[in-house]
Amino acid sequence: MAALDCAIRIEEQIEQWRSYLRRRQAIRTNDVEELEDHLREQVSALVGAGLSDDEAFLVAVKRMGDLDTLSREFAREHSERLWKQLVVTPGATGEPGAWGRGEAVVAFCVAAIAALAVKAPELFGLRLDDDTGFYARNLSLFVLPLLTGYFVWKRGSDPATRRWMAAAFVVAAVFANVYSFSPGGYTEVLAAVHLPIALWLVVGIAYAGGRWSEVGGRMDFIRFSGELFIYYVLIALGGIVLTGFMLAMFQAIGIDTEPFFERWMLPCGLLGAVVIASWLVEAKQSVIENMAPVLTRLFTPLFAIVLVAFLAIMTWTGHGLDFQRDILIAFDLLLVVVLGLLLYSVSARDPRTPPGAFDVMQVVLVISALLVDAVALWAIAARISEFGFSPNRVAALGENVILLVNLAWSAVLYVRFLRGRGSFAGLERWQTAYLPVYAVWAAIVVIVFPPLFGYI
Amino acid sequence: MDINKDLMAASSTPLVLAILADEDSYGYAILKRVRELSGGHVEWTDGMLYPVLHRLERLGYIEASWEVSESGRRRKYYRITTRGRTQLAEERRQWQAVDATLREIWSALSLPVHASPLVLRGA
Repeated sequence: MAALDCAIRIEEQIEQWRSYLRRRQAIRTNDVEELEDHLREQVSALVGAGLSDDEAFLVAVKRMGDLDTLSREFAREHSERLWKQLVVTPGATGEPGAWGRGEAVVAFCVAAIAALAVKAPELFGLRLDDDTGFYARNLSLFVLPLLTGYFVWKRGSDPATRRWMAAAFVVAAVFANVYSFSPGGYTEVLAAVHLPIALWLVVGIAYAGGRWSEVGGRMDFIRFSGELFIYYVLIALGGIVLTGFMLAMFQAIGIDTEPFFERWMLPCGLLGAVVIASWLVEAKQSVIENMAPVLTRLFTPLFAIVLVAFLAIMTWTGHGLDFQRDILIAFDLLLVVVLGLLLYSVSARDPRTPPGAFDVMQVVLVISALLVDAVALWAIAARISEFGFSPNRVAALGENVILLVNLAWSAVLYVRFLRGRGSFAGLERWQTAYLPVYAVWAAIVVIVFPPLFGYI
Repeated sequence: MDINKDLMAASSTPLVLAILADEDSYGYAILKRVRELSGGHVEWTDGMLYPVLHRLERLGYIEASWEVSESGRRRKYYRITTRGRTQLAEERRQWQAVDATLREIWSALSLPVHASPLVLRGA
């Protein structure tokens, strides 16, 4: 009878321990089962050595280790399960509510500073409507240093990294402003478009906060970027609705708010929203968790179908591509979308699950995009001398090559994974290792192109 | 004797791979084997083995499968892969290099291991 009691009691205790474990988001049901098997084995070994059931259970639980540390170790290894918990400073105990509010205040202050920063040049007589070029080139410099500062404040970083980040922004500011661009010229537009891409890497280093050298840290940054984009689009949509109402309502009482909108609301909102969206991604992860992967799942098959159909019909009818001059940029965008679809399905995938139908779809998508792009490149190569090497075309060609190399090797790695010759981690490593390439090319476009093409 | 955390973390990969190279095994048995082999000097916190195993699995060095144990419970067994064996050979080479270097230094060092600052001050 006593033995039976004991057995029941230990079952209850194990059940309780299991329910503690289940509450940890980083530890999945399968892991709990694995750990429970371990615990039971340990208990029976200890009982065999002469301990009572209760004692054996206590010792076994103690040996298993502190649950907080354990779940942090699991989170570190399985970062795709809860990348949001990882970015909350480890051991951030104390009152979560108070911490959250404090952070919100900081985020709103940083956003306000970004919003005001864009108006600051006006004090020196640089007006938005007259000096559009200045604002376009410096747009990212109004907000990205602040965003970087926010992440440094949040995650901390060593002084050497901080110095490098500051140096990067100073160099960027110098190159954005020293060249005498011909107003509205190609190289100026290129510099304005590429500077944010180059500087986004600096934000990434601050975001990863010491984990930049790890695949996990960079993968978290990729996830962050995708979610940020989605939040930003949502905020922008909200902003458009608000603006529409504001303009219409004030119109009704005879007040024209358009100048206010153009001079204050649009530029300030555009920049402030970057910080607010970043903070939302950090704080509200659990609300709209991982939107990017959901959209990926939805659109990967659809894009694959469109691309395959396009290839099939092109081969069937024998139609060549009808080339406009700037068709290359359209193909760059296509490759960016395909890369995005690949990246965000990689970022959400548990690397341990075996290949499935979705993976096959992914490979079909990548390979068909490569084929379409190859056709485009072939056609362009034939006529490049006729078109000439304008800065736009060289930049687009460079980007095309960079994306092509990335996707081609990704396809190789993915096929290897499908055939069981490689692990999924290889694909993750390739994608995260490739991140600096984009920034380096963007920096080249910003720094080398203007003098190379005579500031046209 | 306490072995520091970094050393423990660094040696976990070759230890686990070597044990699995010998035969397929599961968490508890791997820990037991580590304890036996080290004469009790290497004491891992039990739970910490699992994130290590999952990392090796993700890297493709080992494979896992759920099977039913003799006790009737579901149990996760791990098996080393070809890649894992290659990695083990590589780890072994590196550890041997470190070990050889340390041996050289120990033998060149005239002081006995237990020479403490106290003894030196006394001299």
